[in-house]
Amino acid sequence: MLVLAIDTATLAVTAGVVSVDRETGAARPLAERVTLDARAHGELLTPHVLDAVGDAGHGLADLDAIACGVGPGPYTGLRAGMVTAAALSHSLGVPAYPVCTLDAIAASAEPGEPFRVLTDARRREVYWADYDAEGRRLDGPHVDKPAELTPAARVLDHEQPTPLGIVEAAKAAILSGAQPDPLTPLYLRRPDATEPGTRKRVSTS
Amino acid sequence: MSRIVMGIESSCDETGVGLVRLHDDGTVELLADEVASSVEQHARFGGVVPEVASRAHLEAMVPTAQRAFATAGLELSDVDAIAVTAGPGLAGALLVGVSAAKAYAAALGVPLYGVNHLAGHIAVDTLQHGPLPAPALALLVSGGHTQLLRVDDIAGKITEIGSTVDDAAGEAYDKVARLLELPYPGGPPIDKAAKNGDPTAIAFPRGMTGPRDARFDFSFSGLKTAVARWVEAAQRRGEEIPVDDVAASFQEAVADVLTAKAVRAATESGIGTLVISGGVAANSRLSSLAAERCEAAGIELRVPRPRLCTDNGAMIAALGAHVVAAGCAPSSLDFSANPALPVSTVSL
Ligand SMILES: Nc1ncnc2c1ncn2[C@@H]1O[C@H](COP(=O)(O)OP(=O)(O)OP(=O)(O)O)[C@@H](O)[C@H]1O
Ligand SMILES: [Mg+2]
Repeated sequence: MLVLAIDTATLAVTAGVVSVDRETGAARPLAERVTLDARAHGELLTPHVLDAVGDAGHGLADLDAIACGVGPGPYTGLRAGMVTAAALSHSLGVPAYPVCTLDAIAASAEPGEPFRVLTDARRREVYWADYDAEGRRLDGPHVDKPAELTPAARVLDHEQPTPLGIVEAAKAAILSGAQPDPLTPLYLRRPDATEPGTRKRVSTS
Repeated sequence: MSRIVMGIESSCDETGVGLVRLHDDGTVELLADEVASSVEQHARFGGVVPEVASRAHLEAMVPTAQRAFATAGLELSDVDAIAVTAGPGLAGALLVGVSAAKAYAAALGVPLYGVNHLAGHIAVDTLQHGPLPAPALALLVSGGHTQLLRVDDIAGKITEIGSTVDDAAGEAYDKVARLLELPYPGGPPIDKAAKNGDPTAIAFPRGMTGPRDARFDFSFSGLKTAVARWVEAAQRRGEEIPVDDVAASFQEAVADVLTAKAVRAATESGIGTLVISGGVAANSRLSSLAAERCEAAGIELRVPRPRLCTDNGAMIAALGAHVVAAGCAPSSLDFSANPALPVSTVSL
């Protein structure tokens, strides 16, 4: 089956097409388009999707599923990827599966020791999650100052997930044929907003 | 053959999806107008919080589109073109609508038009009152804008002839409402309180009406300050604030300046039609005074019903339909939203 991978939780604008064998679950990347520009998510994502699908020798109508990174991500562009996935899912009639962006990065980890995935949360903080040696998430995702973290045996600080990683992280759900979970963003932070205090007086006396 | 145009709006705190039918004779028929508003989430902050608005757009976008198609009894495959607000508005909010519109256009294989939100506020009138005579004058009064516009062609040529130099009219309503301890957004409660008040009780200033002031520009910040001063003085004297009289007198000052300048601009340019749109067009005094003065000056007045005046997707679909009918080129799929899109750019 043909799966479209999307992620805009990092500064990368990522779109790719991955073929997944329904029997064996083997996943193979067919084409991808990635641009590193935190301000271009809204501009480039749909063109990247069209180009990646075209490079894979297909059209959008051939897609069977979508896997989409839902953060955590510090950029307003996170929503560009998620709403693109939601609108494509609505208009193509295919399911869209949410993937924690850190899990998508973890899916590309070399086997071995347990590890931690870190991404830049800006404001001098990081998003992080801890995984066991098999890549199962044990703790997180969280947002913290780097100095507040306990040491980790191994740290993956790839800047962004690959299309293959995104699809690997969603694969169990995709192959199960179950209803996807809702596409809920992992913001981890509250919006910056303050309730107004008492009004300033305008009179001088 | 008639064509179906889908419109998507997300410039501020309403997520709107509209569907219209563009008939061969150029008339545009409203089929669906679904809106999800985050206004209640902003109320306790006294104004729109951009991140809160953007989060709400993401949640509401596809469900609002689904409701629009259900209301219209249409399938997605019936859509012939999509229009989306490209600006002006909040950057993060615009991004959600623009991204969704691109995905819909790509999936449905139809042309996409990035269009101007302010032009949409004018175009929406054609859904109710039919084709707009050219030229027409538009008074756009909303939470973010107060402008006098000359509309030679709703699909292409709109020229600003005046605008506020400080607060927008709706913003003044919202600020004065806070002063009077009325809820947000302030337009409806002030309008309501004013009905029981005396509009001549307090002589509040008419901004930008001096002989040396720009003739078609507006200013509401001085008015807001004058109301604040008056209220504070009354409080200092230990008096109870006559909320109804303050509301009526404030409202009279706003409606007076807006209509006087609009009618004068129309008369001087020989324009026979005035359209008033944007959220503040819902104001009862603004429309009654405009009706009075337009009638006296022999100007046709068009005010869309309140539901069409505030932000919605139908206004974007309507503008999209006029842009399609005019044969304008679609936008390329890599355009970016422009928070400061000038009103002279009707479509990208
Ligand atoms: N009856 C009324 N009288 C006066 N003002 C009103 C009335 N009803 C609504 N308003 C005002 O209209 C404004 C909202 O209008 P609208 O939704 O068009 O504006 P916006 O989307 O905030 O701004 P913009 O369209 O410029 O981006 C608010 O400021 C509100 O107080
Ligand atoms: Mg508006």
